[in-house]
Amino acid sequence: MIKIKIDQDKCKGCLLCVNFCPRGLIKKSPKLNKQGLNFVEFDLQGDCSGCLQCAVICPDCCIEVYKSE
Amino acid sequence: MEKIFKRCQSLSDLPMHYCPGCGHGIAHRLVAEAVDELGVREETIGVAPVGCAVVAYDYWNFDCSEAAHGRALAVATAIKRVHPQKLVFTYQGDGDLAAIGTNETIHAANRGENLSVIFINNAVYGMTGGQLAPTTLLGQKTSTSVDGRQKQLHGYPLKISEILAALPGVYYVERVSLESPAGVLKAKRAVKQAFQNQLNNLGFSLVEVLSPCPTYWGLSPQAALQWIKDVMQKEFPVGRIK
Repeated sequence: MIKIKIDQDKCKGCLLCVNFCPRGLIKKSPKLNKQGLNFVEFDLQGDCSGCLQCAVICPDCCIEVYKSE
Repeated sequence: MEKIFKRCQSLSDLPMHYCPGCGHGIAHRLVAEAVDELGVREETIGVAPVGCAVVAYDYWNFDCSEAAHGRALAVATAIKRVHPQKLVFTYQGDGDLAAIGTNETIHAANRGENLSVIFINNAVYGMTGGQLAPTTLLGQKTSTSVDGRQKQLHGYPLKISEILAALPGVYYVERVSLESPAGVLKAKRAVKQAFQNQLNNLGFSLVEVLSPCPTYWGLSPQAALQWIKDVMQKEFPVGRIK
């Protein structure tokens, strides 16, 4: 099982991860963070493959990827 | 829970001040990851430029120095000669390395200094308001070329990597691009190679990184990556130059 954790206060909502996620598991949130920007949220029910594309392209290094058995 | 991708040790925990979708954040991370993977964090000295990345030293967890505009390679030369065992690199933008600092760049390369250079090419001056840079493409609109760059008026885009590759003192020149996750991974390999060359005492290494500037290109972050792929890579082809 693979999950990603997004640092919502560092996220600037550039949406590159949203565009590159091949399974569409990341969505823009209607909420605002400390910087006043719409951050992105991960769909916790989704089946993430752990391809790391979101983490690799994130300009602010706010995505961490976890794997559990 | 096993972490399979995490913020690396050489990247500090501060939020970066760059615009959303800016390539500097990715390039900072690639430098930090390469330093960590080579296990030389305590032996690294970076030289930050003047430009958008002027406070790069805040974002890296290793020693850094700041240089006057364009003079990063002169400062790095001094540091490397005093501390030949350290990994010394400069991180410079196109306005810094290819405009005001062309002189320092060409002479440091021509002396074959054992240094690594990370050259961020985003085709505009980002910090000062998106003015025309030497690397601006023909026809590209900037705040000082509102009708697009014209060869009769502004000359041609300066291909500094090709110029440096012609010098005998230069060991390694590669152009990479941050247009997709695959491009980012290739860029990381090139950055690591440039650092490894220095640790092996092979000479001057430069990695040119085609990096998005969505704000001054007037594009969304995703469209800026597409623009690199469709337009910028035609003028600045990626791959190993030397």
